[in-house]
Amino acid sequence: MISLKKPAAARAAAVAARIRGVQAADLEQVVDIDAGITGLRKAAYWGEILRRYGGGRQQRFFLVADRGGRIEGYVVGDVRDWEFGSPPCGWVFGIGVRPDARIGGIATQLLDAICDGFRRLGVDKVRTLLARDNQLVLSFFRSQGMMAAPFIPLEKDLG
Amino acid sequence: MKLQKNTLLALCSALEFAARPGTQLSAAEIADKYRMSPHHLAKVLRTLGRAGLVRAARGAGGGYRFAGNPRRVTLMDVIELFEDISAPKSAARRAGRRAKAEAGAAAFEVEDALGVVLSEIDEIAKATFRSITLETMLKLVARRRG
Repeated sequence: MISLKKPAAARAAAVAARIRGVQAADLEQVVDIDAGITGLRKAAYWGEILRRYGGGRQQRFFLVADRGGRIEGYVVGDVRDWEFGSPPCGWVFGIGVRPDARIGGIATQLLDAICDGFRRLGVDKVRTLLARDNQLVLSFFRSQGMMAAPFIPLEKDLG
Repeated sequence: MKLQKNTLLALCSALEFAARPGTQLSAAEIADKYRMSPHHLAKVLRTLGRAGLVRAARGAGGGYRFAGNPRRVTLMDVIELFEDISAPKSAARRAGRRAKAEAGAAAFEVEDALGVVLSEIDEIAKATFRSITLETMLKLVARRRG
């Protein structure tokens, strides 16, 4: 059973979040959200993601959900051409929403916005890759109509 | 993971109820739709009832209503009621032990390696079932209906 109670903050939030491109001033909040979810504070990593994906770069997206100056969530992705032998398609490789803002449609807004960006670049497919035990986020993507892709991720230990 | 007939019937039933949460449905209605005996279905519905997914309705006609949350209940929640989801792994181990005893270490190694691959497939299947809620499944049904 997926357990996710609707927080009071999300229930009370009548103001829709605005989805926009990330700004340098948002980064601290993005790092906080990610750290809250993963338990790891990765400021340097996010600084690098901002450098590579911020500022509306061609084929790259780093969007945030802004509600009155509070960043509620983020999504990062890009269009990749012919990677893994696939025709150009959109990849979402990071999405996160503050726990107290969940069940309010923020992740759906973020995903819709990045998919709109992918469509504008002429691609008609979006993909993502997740840990098998990440039931919460897997369920979210499933609820958005995403299905298993025709790929199998493989790995080996390099001991 | 190969699902038994009862499990598939339970999934279909759960989806029928979840699609009409306020409606009382009779076992006969669902049995008829899925070409199953009402007696067989009644046993499945009792299990779903014990798990709190459906509630027996009293009064004229009887029947059942959905009692779960379609946004939270996953396919795995239903499957686990009917299947021993650890079975393939232990079956592989049993097969391995049997092979070791009967045919020697070489056979055991082959069976053991096959068990690893079968477990891999099984884990992917479980993750898939855990990630799909009844509501997501109903959306999929609607999309395929077109």
